[in-house]
Amino acid sequence: MDQHSLLFQAMVYLAAAIVFVPLAKKLGLGAVLGYLLAGVIIGPSVLGFIGTEGEDIMHFAEFGVVMMLFLIGMELEPALLWRLRASILGLGGLQVVISAAAIAGIALLLGQPVNNSLALGMILSLSSTAIVLQTLNEKGWMGTAAGQSAFSVLLFQDIAVIPMLAIFPLLAGSVATESTSHSSSLRDNLPGWGQTLVVLGAVAIIIIAGRYLVRPIMRVIARTRVRELFTATALLMVVAIAVLMNLVGLSSALGAFLGGVVLANSEYRHELESDIEPFKGLLLGLFFIAVGASIDFKLILEQPWLIMGLVVGIMTVKGIVLFALGKIFKLNIDQNLLFAFALADIGEFAFVLLSFTSQTRLLSSEMTAMMTAVVAISMALTPLIMLLYEKVIQPHFTRSEVKAEREADEITEKHPVIIAGFGRFGSMTGRFLRANGINATILDLDSDRVDALHNLGIKVYYGDASRYDLLAAAGAADAKILIIATDHPEQTLEIVKMAQRYFPHLQLLVRAENNEDTFELMDLGVLHIYRETIDTSLRVGVDALRMLGNRAYKSERAARTFFRQDERTLKGLSALRDDKKQYIISMKERIEEMEKLISSDRVKTWLDEGQGWDPESLRDEIRGEKREIE
Amino acid sequence: MARVLINFAHPALEKSRVHAQLLRAIKTIPGITINDLYEQYPDLDINIAREQTLLEQHDIIFMQHPFYWYSAPAIVKQWIDLVLEHGWAYGHTGKALQGKYFSNIISAGGAENAYQPDGHHGHTIHDFLLPFIQTAKLCNMHYAAPYVIYGVHREDISDIKEETQKLVQVLERLRRPEFDPGVITGLSNLSQLLQLPAQTQ
Repeated sequence: MDQHSLLFQAMVYLAAAIVFVPLAKKLGLGAVLGYLLAGVIIGPSVLGFIGTEGEDIMHFAEFGVVMMLFLIGMELEPALLWRLRASILGLGGLQVVISAAAIAGIALLLGQPVNNSLALGMILSLSSTAIVLQTLNEKGWMGTAAGQSAFSVLLFQDIAVIPMLAIFPLLAGSVATESTSHSSSLRDNLPGWGQTLVVLGAVAIIIIAGRYLVRPIMRVIARTRVRELFTATALLMVVAIAVLMNLVGLSSALGAFLGGVVLANSEYRHELESDIEPFKGLLLGLFFIAVGASIDFKLILEQPWLIMGLVVGIMTVKGIVLFALGKIFKLNIDQNLLFAFALADIGEFAFVLLSFTSQTRLLSSEMTAMMTAVVAISMALTPLIMLLYEKVIQPHFTRSEVKAEREADEITEKHPVIIAGFGRFGSMTGRFLRANGINATILDLDSDRVDALHNLGIKVYYGDASRYDLLAAAGAADAKILIIATDHPEQTLEIVKMAQRYFPHLQLLVRAENNEDTFELMDLGVLHIYRETIDTSLRVGVDALRMLGNRAYKSERAARTFFRQDERTLKGLSALRDDKKQYIISMKERIEEMEKLISSDRVKTWLDEGQGWDPESLRDEIRGEKREIE
Repeated sequence: MARVLINFAHPALEKSRVHAQLLRAIKTIPGITINDLYEQYPDLDINIAREQTLLEQHDIIFMQHPFYWYSAPAIVKQWIDLVLEHGWAYGHTGKALQGKYFSNIISAGGAENAYQPDGHHGHTIHDFLLPFIQTAKLCNMHYAAPYVIYGVHREDISDIKEETQKLVQVLERLRRPEFDPGVITGLSNLSQLLQLPAQTQ
């Protein structure tokens, strides 16, 4: 069998992902590390299933990066950019400039030529959008201050690649004039400024075409009502842009990114996004596998100390710069550490830029190979570093903060209610209780929110309520009620299990996002479950009924009746689910479930309840008597 | 000119034959305030300040409702409990309602002869209305004659139409500039107003 056939490679990739990702998740390492591990195992260094030539792997990696950047580009709405402009330009701009300058300075000190140093500084100042965002999402940290800051910085970096790509030929051009040995191999025989012009021209073509060509084309496609044509069109655009970029000697990944940004402006954006979204996860996985596979262990084994030294050195420099910036931008110490840890790695754009620099002969091929290894290792380290943060550093802050708090006012700290999660949901409950003179001990994982609440005089503990020591410190042993209102269903389940095991006397009032969560909470024996949107939905329904001319009292009663019936039906369905002893429900079963819910709605006409007010039977009886008398 | 307020209470107006028709007709009379309690407070959470202001702005106050279980729908009791506050409606300083007229516009399922000492229900409507009568008295108001529509369980639609027209006429008469509200305290059913000589007209 041909080992290099596309199908065989696809099989190897997919099988590796299926084996290693669940394994990594089981070990608490996260999906990204799983993919990386899979890449290392099937790569040339261990099993050698794929990519006996390094180019093969990079080809694959490039494909994943192209697709990922297309999607990232599409998510780059101008409005979002505008809202984050301060942190993108300020934080992001400073990070790139200072990190690049610092690394370039060190490279210069180590004896690299000026142009090489500058290129290295720029390349290594970037962080990995793919790994960082994926990891932050996985851990539910995107909403934190550190997550938001990291996102801003990554956005700026994504954009900063464009001028960098335009600058590199200039740098290479001046190298050429300095060292005549390379001048003969300059691509297209264009001078440096000419290449820069070509690059800018290509970018201009994409933007103009995107503005004036895409919309009419999409309108025609939409009229055909053939769904897959949307996906085909989107892919065609990416490919076409990539081809154009290749023509002028730019990376197709960058082209796809630009294509995505162009499409973000189109009204068909969400349509396209939902078409392509399913591919995204898999393609990212592919990318991570490729990164894992591209780690050249032979090279590392040859110069282990030099390469590890470079990795540690670069990440330390970047980390220090990030931490200092986080300090200036007023991140709390724990959030700042997360921010610095997350972005200290070197990103996938480095691969793109490195291949570009080797094409333009800006960097030597040995340098490029070594740097590729350094980048790959630093990327592989990122999920590990985040894990380190989560397991070692974050708990440390949690604990010390709680201790400090408790020492401050140990006596008064005996609230009957503990609220875990003080976001949109929990804060409303908390405010309501507070308005009624009930103080609650509040636990929250967002340190900025914690600070803000402190300023309002509300006592909040920073930390993860699924930890036993934190719950204990919050007074769970003496409290009566634990309100669990976190944003993350998984965390909710963790807290429930923890509380049930160690504080069984607590009444649990638990927020559920949807029916699935509700079922899982029911399985855990939680009695008080609050589906988060049901009350609001029904209030909308009540108002709609009223606007259609129904009586207010009747409409409200109908909503209450419906609510009770819905809860009953849900309990019934939950009991049925137990028989299956599995949580994976097919779409068909889900539809059946919805059908059961809806058909149970029809059993009664809600609005007919309250027979006592309308004794039809009594009227019949009286009329009957009347007839008998007559 | 007497200002008339009707505090209306029906928990299932959509199914009502009598009160839906009465309400439609009353709404056509200019200058009568209709306060639909169940529509206003579907959760029975009564706005006391608003209700008290309404009372202060009117001279003749009716509670219009079906005569459920010799009494009124739940919101009427809730209204009485919350709105007629001590120190405002009654008590040493509670003079806000002094001199106003208070009564009921009610529909009863049984016929008039059933509401007699020897009838099916053993008492007159007046007997059953005692809590309202005494409430009015405690709040320094005059209890006027109630407007009672009997036998709605067996009435035909045409009968209801007749009753509706009669009620409209009665209310219109209350609204006449020269009308003296004092006369209505002596009647047993407000509908008798139409049989009185037009001495006040």
